[in-house]
Amino acid sequence: MSPADSRPAGKAERASFQWDDPLSLGGLLDEDERLIRDSARAFCQDRLLPGIREAFRHERFDRELMREMGKLGFLGATIKGYGCAGVNYVSYGLIAREVERIDSGYRSAMSVQSSLAMHPIHAYGSEAQRLKYLPKLASGEWVGCFGLTEPDHGSDPGGMQTRARKVDGGYRLNGAKMWITNSPIADVAVVWAKDDEEAIRGFILERGMAGFSTPKIEGKLSLRASVTGEIVLQDVLVPDDNRLPNARGLAGPFGCLNRARYGIAWGALGAAEFCWHAARGYTLERKQFGRPLAANQLVQKKLADMQTEIAIGLQACLRVGRLLDQGQAAPEAISLIKRNSCGKALDIARQARDMHGGNGISDEYHVMRHLMNLETVNTYEGTHDIHALILGRAQTGLQAFTG
Amino acid sequence: MKIMVPIKRVVDYNVKIRVKADGTGVDLNNVKMSMNPFDEIAVEEAIRLKEAGSATEIVAVSIGPQQAQETIRTALAMGADRGILIKTDTDAEPLTVAKLLKALCAEEKPGLVILGKQAIDNDCNQTGQMLAALLQWPQGTFASKLALSSGKLAVTREVDGGLQTVELNLPAIVTTDLRLNEPRYASLPNIMKAKKKPIDEKTPEALGIDTAPRLKTLKVVEPPKRQSGVKVKTVGELVDKLRNEVGII
Repeated sequence: MSPADSRPAGKAERASFQWDDPLSLGGLLDEDERLIRDSARAFCQDRLLPGIREAFRHERFDRELMREMGKLGFLGATIKGYGCAGVNYVSYGLIAREVERIDSGYRSAMSVQSSLAMHPIHAYGSEAQRLKYLPKLASGEWVGCFGLTEPDHGSDPGGMQTRARKVDGGYRLNGAKMWITNSPIADVAVVWAKDDEEAIRGFILERGMAGFSTPKIEGKLSLRASVTGEIVLQDVLVPDDNRLPNARGLAGPFGCLNRARYGIAWGALGAAEFCWHAARGYTLERKQFGRPLAANQLVQKKLADMQTEIAIGLQACLRVGRLLDQGQAAPEAISLIKRNSCGKALDIARQARDMHGGNGISDEYHVMRHLMNLETVNTYEGTHDIHALILGRAQTGLQAFTG
Repeated sequence: MKIMVPIKRVVDYNVKIRVKADGTGVDLNNVKMSMNPFDEIAVEEAIRLKEAGSATEIVAVSIGPQQAQETIRTALAMGADRGILIKTDTDAEPLTVAKLLKALCAEEKPGLVILGKQAIDNDCNQTGQMLAALLQWPQGTFASKLALSSGKLAVTREVDGGLQTVELNLPAIVTTDLRLNEPRYASLPNIMKAKKKPIDEKTPEALGIDTAPRLKTLKVVEPPKRQSGVKVKTVGELVDKLRNEVGII
């Protein structure tokens, strides 16, 4: 039997190949998901892209962007009710990808608001807390942040030193949180602290509480378009009503991080796609030795690698999104895509920077900004190595976190 | 007042158009499609009139294959109230579209029809004018501003010499120009709400319109590549080229 015989009967027309969607991700989305993707893309390209160079260069975060994102329903998008859109996790991923195609800092601001401030209030908060905080966070009127990481406890949050001592009518919080996205401009902070029983508890702190301050961290070489700070707690009295009643132990913060990591997995590939497209465009335009750079085998190999990693990575993100929507996504599956997307995106950004030659050093071409951002994205919310340990433990049964 | 907004599904403006190898048309296989940008402006204007209290209902109409439903859904997500899809797999020509819309106007009785001035795929710029003629309604084309007061519609038109304002009796036809407004982005909550808005399906046959093309496409080719220029050293050489090579003097 010749190979031709094994073809299905009928017209043997060659299927067309779309270089920028090689595995037809678009065909796996339903109508609303495509609408959401297109609306998000239009907004990001028209409203976020024009100002990003200046914002990054001068380390400025435009507070108004939160309201604009809120107006479009990007904040807390997966929550049903409370002024939120109630879309599925695939849609949330698609939005993260479009926002991070512009800048990881903007996606960080959105992720933190959605997954790390609004999600815990929705998942672990009382009805009164949900009604009080969620609508204003959804509209972007309030900005939220999430305090887990401490100066001496990053990958090891269980060792946190922030304490919440029970006092009459509430808790007295003392400690310090570090590397907190949005904290200097936040109206609301979800802060995690150990109580008198050594259990990790979540608290909703509000701007204006005595002893609560949020100094900005200066000198960042990455995510310069989003604002990062500390949270300093000096005898802050937090009323009982501001404790999240339904979170106890690390499961609380980890539930939030899972969702944020899922968004990061999509987002990082959005940044990678930008870098890949930019590298393709640049090497097609730029002529050296009388022909386009893209005519070189070395360049084509790099472009093929980028295309392959991004296409495969996006399929994996979509799969995990579908699982999340069915309530079937294990945290390890999210670790897998977070680690894969971030590591690969960082590598792609590096290659793209290289392919831009000397011009790639300038912020005018955007790729080095993405490269610098992705250094953070690969590190925060579980470093590349920490996620390897999670996956290692899950397949060997042996934990390698501690000696 | 009811406003009807006809919208067309076209190749997205960001897509680089490829001509089919056999020269019969443009390759639409796997190409991103979206709403004609001038039609987005028409939808936006209708929504603004409704928000201002001048309109009560917005009906978005599209003529095309089943996938044109997605274009209608976009209009619903922006704020239109319901949709009508006239399903046909033939590429409807402007006159066919105008006849279909005329038939639909007889059923829907809109007070105003707002169309894009042209579709960015074939750039015909005919449908609005043809529809006005068929219905014998007044028309305001290339609109950059609409003002409705006491049953009359003032339309500011972009004409070669500047701006011209015409006053129309209703019902009327308006076609939009680029500067009429800036269309909104469909928000996530509105996209979710649009799922529940109704889209009726009709066929050209049911409306009694024959969609068979009257125009024949002979050939579709890519625009010729621009040739690079040459530098001439002397005025004499320039004149010689103009006279003997280009032949224009």
